[in-house]
Amino acid sequence: MIILSQQLVLGFMIGGLYGLAAVGLSLIFGVLKVLNVAHGELIMLGGYGAYWLFALLGFDPFASLLLVVPLSLLLGLGLYCALFGFVVRTDEETRIKNSLLIGFGLALALHALAVKLWTADERGITTSYAGSVLIVGHLAIPLVRLASLAVAFALIAALHLLLTRWRWGRAIRATADDWQAALLTGIDVRRAYLLAFALGTGLAGAAGTLVSVGYSISPSIGLEWTLKALIVVVLAGLGSMFGTFVGGLFLGLAEAASAAVFGGPYREVVGLVIIFAVLVARPQGLFGAR
Amino acid sequence: MLLEILGLDAAYGDVPALSGVALSVEPGEIVALLGPNGAGKTTLLKAIAGLLRPRAGTVLWEGEDLGRVPSHLIVERGLALVPEGRRLFGSMTVEENLTLGAFAPRARNAQGANLERVYALFPILRERRRQIVRLLSGGQQQMVSVGRALMSSPRLLMLDEPSLGLAPLMVQAILDVLVEINRGGVAVFLVEQNVRAALTLAHRAYILETGRIVGEGGGAELLQDPHVRRAYLGPLAAPEYFVL
Repeated sequence: MIILSQQLVLGFMIGGLYGLAAVGLSLIFGVLKVLNVAHGELIMLGGYGAYWLFALLGFDPFASLLLVVPLSLLLGLGLYCALFGFVVRTDEETRIKNSLLIGFGLALALHALAVKLWTADERGITTSYAGSVLIVGHLAIPLVRLASLAVAFALIAALHLLLTRWRWGRAIRATADDWQAALLTGIDVRRAYLLAFALGTGLAGAAGTLVSVGYSISPSIGLEWTLKALIVVVLAGLGSMFGTFVGGLFLGLAEAASAAVFGGPYREVVGLVIIFAVLVARPQGLFGAR
Repeated sequence: MLLEILGLDAAYGDVPALSGVALSVEPGEIVALLGPNGAGKTTLLKAIAGLLRPRAGTVLWEGEDLGRVPSHLIVERGLALVPEGRRLFGSMTVEENLTLGAFAPRARNAQGANLERVYALFPILRERRRQIVRLLSGGQQQMVSVGRALMSSPRLLMLDEPSLGLAPLMVQAILDVLVEINRGGVAVFLVEQNVRAALTLAHRAYILETGRIVGEGGGAELLQDPHVRRAYLGPLAAPEYFVL
């Protein structure tokens, strides 16, 4: 029982990162109707960014978020202008196909780049406070992971404010709902696409930083994170950022529970089972509209 | 001349939708565009609003060729479209939909005054302003769609079948509001299935059949026109769900 609850606590905390990863992917998919399968690689890059800042300059990983997130935003702007901006000119069906091709290509390129720059070894950021643990009853809660969960939640809340209060944030949501109607109200839809893509990439960078501090990174984690994010997006449905975040927490808990009950090797299966169950029972996702 | 269209051709792939369409709208006018389903009425409105680029011909707005203007800047010129099927931002509230209508720079400065004007025209929207538009009735959604277009301070309001699928009372309410908007100096270009109602309130009307303008005239004049009566108003015409 203690083992199970301990597992669930850890699952909850990694679930926050699943949620953060998925929100970025969901934002890009919901607005541009483009599936960026290199999202996990962007998370990986964010992780290495924080790793470099820590190893070379001695930056605290949480403080380096202030640098990694803006850099990721810029990377997103660049990637949109160089690659994905051409995809959105076509109709929606072609968009998906073309974005898959571009995404897989980008994923391979970024993976190769990461191996070249940082070798294929696993890395992680070990801070002076890395081992600190909060003891609650029989449960041990790693402080770094708890802080990561809190940061992830704060970022989702900030995104929510941005999308509801900021003029262009509302324009982004309007474009996601109906891009032609958005055009009619005078919204430059291309710019809304650009901003949404940059924001999604910025969130990926933040997620990567949090992964590198509480967990570990290697050039090959990209696909795994893309998959987790995809599972959460299918599970939660499009349209609600908080819903997506909750979907991430749910996946984390479900994985932890199955690992505790059936054993570690089955941890990865549970996500696929969830996708299957959701698609059968509620194809629009738990929090999706329609 | 507010809007002038010259020799407009449009096509979907190889299928022609409009050929050689020419028409004009003067400031302060109500002009109706009539025609059967598939005649190209929606295509024409989309081409004017910049959602669709024509094959040939020009759309002149106060003498300026709109063919060179990016789509999202057209509304800033004072030309707003209430699209077919309302096309609201379904996940957002009434007020968010309305304020997005004032996104363009010129309209943003007048946002407060325009919002008051829209609420004065449609008081029910003020009560419902915090509701998600997807949950409103069809008529209320149409009000939001008209209101959103008005938020851009248009000088020409184009409407594509605003009465489609609405209850008769609601149809009358929407058409009454159009007359009121027009009294405020806004020109109206109206596509409407409800031919009798449209001709009654329009100063002039054009008839579009299979992509060509086949007739034009004053509203009252066309009501008496034998072709119009036979094709759109006679006993064999599509049943009308209300009579003025």
